[in-house]
Amino acid sequence: MTTAAATATARTAKAKPATMAQALGRALRDSMAQDPSVHVLGEDVGTLGGVFRITDGLAKEFGEDRCTDTPLAEAGILGAAVGMAMYGLRPVVEMQFDAFAYPAFEQLISHVAKMRNRTGGAMPLPITVRVPYGGGIGGVEHHSDSSEAYYMATPGLHVVTPATVDDAYGLLRASIASDDPVVFLEPKRLYWSKADWSPQAPAAVEPIGRAVVRRAGRSATLITYGPSLPVCMEAAEAAVAEGWDLEVVDLRSLVPFDDETVAASVRRTGRAVVVHESTGFGGPGGEIAARITERCFHHLEAPVLRVAGFDIPYPPPMQERHHLPGVDRVLDAVARLQWEAEH
Amino acid sequence: MTVQELPGAAAYRPTPPPAWKPLTDPAPLLPDPEPYRVLGTDAADGADPELLLRLYAELVRGRRYNAQATALTKQGRLAVYPSSTGQEACEIAAALVLEERDWLFPSYRDTLAAVARGLDPVEALTLLRGDRHTGYDPREHRIAPLCTPLATQLPHAVGLAHAARLKGDDVVALAMVGDGGTSEGDFHEALNFAAVWKAPVVFLVQNNGFAISVPLAKQTAAPSLAHKAVGYGMPGRLVDGNDAVAMHQVLSEAVERARSGGGPTLVEAITYRMDAHTNADDATRYRGDSEVETWRAHDPVQLLERELTGRGLLGEDGIEEARSAAERMAAGLRERMNADPVLDPMDLFNQVYAEQTTQLREQEARLRVELDAENEQHGTDDGGAGR
Repeated sequence: MTTAAATATARTAKAKPATMAQALGRALRDSMAQDPSVHVLGEDVGTLGGVFRITDGLAKEFGEDRCTDTPLAEAGILGAAVGMAMYGLRPVVEMQFDAFAYPAFEQLISHVAKMRNRTGGAMPLPITVRVPYGGGIGGVEHHSDSSEAYYMATPGLHVVTPATVDDAYGLLRASIASDDPVVFLEPKRLYWSKADWSPQAPAAVEPIGRAVVRRAGRSATLITYGPSLPVCMEAAEAAVAEGWDLEVVDLRSLVPFDDETVAASVRRTGRAVVVHESTGFGGPGGEIAARITERCFHHLEAPVLRVAGFDIPYPPPMQERHHLPGVDRVLDAVARLQWEAEH
Repeated sequence: MTVQELPGAAAYRPTPPPAWKPLTDPAPLLPDPEPYRVLGTDAADGADPELLLRLYAELVRGRRYNAQATALTKQGRLAVYPSSTGQEACEIAAALVLEERDWLFPSYRDTLAAVARGLDPVEALTLLRGDRHTGYDPREHRIAPLCTPLATQLPHAVGLAHAARLKGDDVVALAMVGDGGTSEGDFHEALNFAAVWKAPVVFLVQNNGFAISVPLAKQTAAPSLAHKAVGYGMPGRLVDGNDAVAMHQVLSEAVERARSGGGPTLVEAITYRMDAHTNADDATRYRGDSEVETWRAHDPVQLLERELTGRGLLGEDGIEEARSAAERMAAGLRERMNADPVLDPMDLFNQVYAEQTTQLREQEARLRVELDAENEQHGTDDGGAGR
């Protein structure tokens, strides 16, 4: 693990704009270079470099045995990864699109998540399952699901989702290095977001399980992750005009959940809104709101609110803007918080 | 009105499709129409007497093991036992054809194969007793956990064999599945991956006639399950699953083929489950006594015993010796299974993640308080251990 100082050093060396997609690719490359047991497999990850080009160049650099184009079968890909991990490899599996991962659920839930437990701790499975997720890119049906609640409900899995270029690199490195299976959710509409970043020496490897305060504030806390972080940051800036000073917490890891950072923030502000694209009913926000209520009830000035996607199947691309929580919907919730506080 | 031929019309030919040829010649992949048999045929003459006697001893032990485990369910010592009585030849052969470095991927019915491979019978039964999911270290014995979901362990076998080959190890994986399991998507995906990757895997289908109550004819419309192999580009072999020697030969060849880089093989063993699916099943609802009796006449232990006695390799003494060895095993098993397992409730929490999460630490503490209160109430102090 490394420090902010190391990151700062890295940044001074020829920092230039890099996209999240590039950072993810770099994380794969560095992990493979450092550890020969790291293998990448999936549909189109080889010659094509993945449909999002995350794995671009890996097959050329490390050979097709290390970056393998598999038959098109998600259960087979993940099931083979289980066997590879049983023999001591560290597979990184790409699921291409969120809804394409569903055929692999049996393998994920019955085997990947449970193997350590089933074998009394004797056989851990260090598998990273990369799942590009969420909407906002104009994808047609089955290309925009937010499936994090399914993964969160499965003990044995870590569920990680970066929202920044730095975290994309750091959290993916940490996920691949983890001895536990990690579902690594990539917010695909942030693939092309950029940050000043030095791909030559990006030293920051972020431990899994820590949330971070992206913006400090006093009036209320926005709790979010992945694709909704930029929305919340924008909402927080816009809220200044209303006289609200919002704190924004980026969870980064849904499992394990950083109760401490979240509770500390809500105790400071007394108000909380959870923001995500996933559906509200049975979604991550319900769990988060319950946790906050259990820990911070006496500090709360208002009920914990959720701003989520509607409880509908992901809509067609021409309608998705109505579904996705935007800045106005977040500000509206914040306004309701204030109203609740007055009565 | 007459049709006028336009000039040049006769010269028109549709553009032929681009050249196509099959990727693989299907003929050598097809199984023989008759299941391969050795016992009772001339082929038995060439069989190694030492192997025959070893197989016999293991079959007798296996039969006794099935009977003992079934009895343990009646005494409440096992939650459930899916018996492999009638299928011992498949179970024993699968275990014996593997080298120590090879891996076995058993299904929930294949406890016997794991035991024949050398696993402690009590460790093999923990899943069915209900104290642990897997009572052994899979890496130590190179036996994957007994797999309850159907066919999901087959892709694991492929991945493991593939990984071994990438590492330069000549390790073979043998994966076991029932006839019902061949309908699952994971069966298809595993065979497809194995053939494309030329992975050193042997797939053994024990076709025992029924998937719980559903007969084979309602499971597949294929000529045989072994015929499915040609669709994946691997050889399919059909074998008499009650003929231990035939099973041993066919599986040995498949293992050898895999080890030498020849890729996977699909072996279909035609056999029969003499007992019900488990002790919770009523087999009389879906099959008649006459069918069961037909198969009883083709019993794997009897088949081999007749061969051995007929050839003068086995007498009453030998039979008695094999039976008393099996009896000793059963007595030992009975005695050890009658002891209550000692369990640590804290294992519920510390075997989920490498590093326990805060949430699990909190839940562990809560259980600890409950256990302490319980112990205080009952005046015991066994640290929360106990059944």
